Amino acid sequence: MLPSRAYARNWSRFSRANFSSAVHPVPSSHLTSVSENDVAHFAKFLAPASIISTLSSKPSSAEELDPFNNDWMGRFHGRSTTVLKPKSTSEVSQILKWCNQKRIGVVPQGGNTGLVGGSVPVNDEVVLSLSNLNKVRSFDPVSGILVADAGCILQSLTDYVAPHNHIMPIDLGAKGSCQIGGNVATNAGGLRLLRYGSLHGTVLGLEVVLPDGTILDQLTTLRKDNTGYDLKQLFIGAEGTLGVITGVSILTPPAPQASNNVILALPSFDNVLPLYQTVKRQLSEILSAFEFIDRTAYDLAVKHGQGRALADEETDGAECFVLVETSGGRREHDEEKLNDLLELLLSAEKPLVNTGVLSQSPAQFSSLWALREGVTEAVSKEGKAYKYDISVPLSLFKEVVDNTREHLRSKGLLHDKAVKYVLGYGHVGDGNLHLNIVADAYLPEIESALEPYIYEVVASHRGSISAEHGIGVMKTHALPYSKSAINIELMKKIKHVFDPNGIMNPGKVLG
Amino acid sequence: MRPSASRLLNILVPVKRAVDYAVKIRVNPQQTGIDTNVKHSMNPFDEIAVEEAVRLRERLKASVTSIRAITIGPAKSADTLRTALAMGADSAIHIEIPESAPSPEPLAVAKTLRAVIERHNAKAAKEEDKVDLVILGKQSIDDDLGVTGQMLAGLLGWSQATFASKLEVDVEKKEVFVVREIDGGGEELRCRLPLVVTTDLRLNEPRYASLPNIMKAKKKPIEKLTPADLGVDYTPMFETLKVAEPPKRVGGGKVANVDELVAKLREAGI
Repeated sequence: MLPSRAYARNWSRFSRANFSSAVHPVPSSHLTSVSENDVAHFAKFLAPASIISTLSSKPSSAEELDPFNNDWMGRFHGRSTTVLKPKSTSEVSQILKWCNQKRIGVVPQGGNTGLVGGSVPVNDEVVLSLSNLNKVRSFDPVSGILVADAGCILQSLTDYVAPHNHIMPIDLGAKGSCQIGGNVATNAGGLRLLRYGSLHGTVLGLEVVLPDGTILDQLTTLRKDNTGYDLKQLFIGAEGTLGVITGVSILTPPAPQASNNVILALPSFDNVLPLYQTVKRQLSEILSAFEFIDRTAYDLAVKHGQGRALADEETDGAECFVLVETSGGRREHDEEKLNDLLELLLSAEKPLVNTGVLSQSPAQFSSLWALREGVTEAVSKEGKAYKYDISVPLSLFKEVVDNTREHLRSKGLLHDKAVKYVLGYGHVGDGNLHLNIVADAYLPEIESALEPYIYEVVASHRGSISAEHGIGVMKTHALPYSKSAINIELMKKIKHVFDPNGIMNPGKVLG
Repeated sequence: MRPSASRLLNILVPVKRAVDYAVKIRVNPQQTGIDTNVKHSMNPFDEIAVEEAVRLRERLKASVTSIRAITIGPAKSADTLRTALAMGADSAIHIEIPESAPSPEPLAVAKTLRAVIERHNAKAAKEEDKVDLVILGKQSIDDDLGVTGQMLAGLLGWSQATFASKLEVDVEKKEVFVVREIDGGGEELRCRLPLVVTTDLRLNEPRYASLPNIMKAKKKPIEKLTPADLGVDYTPMFETLKVAEPPKRVGGGKVANVDELVAKLREAGI
């Protein structure tokens, strides 16, 4: 299997003054800052290597804390003095018990690959890194049920189950760095949702440490268990605001015997919807992904060397591209279906596609996927990204991107020193568009031009302001665009039940 | 203006279906070989060979009369030929051997290719229809032997230029300029046609097969032959005694300073 791409962390591109003003949070007055006493207490039960702090007896420099204080995009910056990396669930429990008593804020952190600032402190909360909880606890090759520590990197788990002919039910571009605990806490969607469903369905059990230190062991491997309220569903997607996930029990599907993919070049975005319908009908159960990238996104991915480009003749006149993946049990059967589909598309009177490229080997299969998965990284290399992960009706994808571009142009913000590109790509099959605005720098004028404009557009179509990225700190103020007041009130009550002292990931989700 | 009679190029590109390079290889329990129930694809160096042939046609246009792909293997090897056809080869030849038969050895392969070329050239109505350029991968990634191209050149009595990282054909002069990858850098050769070339990694980057070409490839002809038709004996001359994985890596240890390092080296008997 080809090595997955761990993204390159380029910390030098951070400027500490690069704040995003609309989301600059007010430090929580009800919480206490970490002191040297607290660090000394942690040192009593944590190994020296598990504490990175500017307050410990052998203090670390502030720069050593940078990777934990700054998010992947370079947009959100915390001021934590202390990072703790426990090696066991009981250590996590002891940490939370102390922090709860002392009213110290705690930010659980996995791979720190989140895109809404949910994994870094808003102030000087303790960063609780799960990276050292990285063992697979068990795997049953017959049922495919995997039990793993929350700090296991997604790619490592994929590699672990591969020899048993199983795959993880989720797949995303950050797989080389993101951890399963974080994936569950954010209910990550990704590229396989179309086929395998969401984590709400594939996670069978969780081990969670509650804010007061109690260990809630619901790490069942039962496929069916209707006994009372299903509490784990609360933690899935709670983004670390109700407790710390330390163990995950997840159902892994059998690996497909045959995988194929094809990138299709479309002359017009209007063809995406009819193409999707045709593809669904022709491929039916073997369809496992249907992704869309617009021309700008494709050009950026190629520009930043994310994957091998298609030939010029193939991309001429293409307004957007669609990547279709099939996964099935029998190679010949899948190829036949795929060939029939392609012949149908190319021989139609008014073809929906100009042309396309079909992978001929596993290497090409990965290369075609890289063009889609690499868009995120290409965007980050090109400039500073404003990301809006929204659910809107499929037919409106292009309109939303074009209107946003026009809106920025009308504000005089579409030029080299402000917004360089507006592009869209995403999970067509799930109705999920990733709208990206690539700017030269994070500027308050750009932000005020985009918000609440985009949220209003989404709300007008009864869409979601965050299809899969979560709320984090970035969208707390926008929650009312997608959830009613009653909804939010109930969420706050639940938060109070689990975390009466408000120490878990303060400033996130509910604000 | 049509190129004159003796200045046309007929290219033969042998390709091999090999275990895909991204697959994690496992040795079978009997230690006689590797588990072949895994993904296969065209040997990457052969892909480069097909790509080079197609690029020659793009550069020399009508001078390249034909690009023929050929493979030796069981029924499944036809897929590899289809890929070559989808990349731009005109026709293909499939030397079919039974599924259970062992992979032919390089000398047998070279003899087969010679037989095919001589057979074709004997039947050629005109001088210009004879195969005069064979482009092969420098080695296949399953056995890494890297000798077929050289043997073929020897058997045919043709010039050879191996590990090519650059290829320029002057059809008028019937000469080929080749840069070979050698340890010290690049060796420049001028060769006379007919020529056997083996490709190295830096020669080109193979193209994706586009859909229209894949559809067209289905209609391109594949000729089927057996080793017996060509009078070549595939009886293996080698016997594989054992196949084993390399010893697993054991962890290293960290030392605190140079003295400790020296002490550990002494301990290890170095």
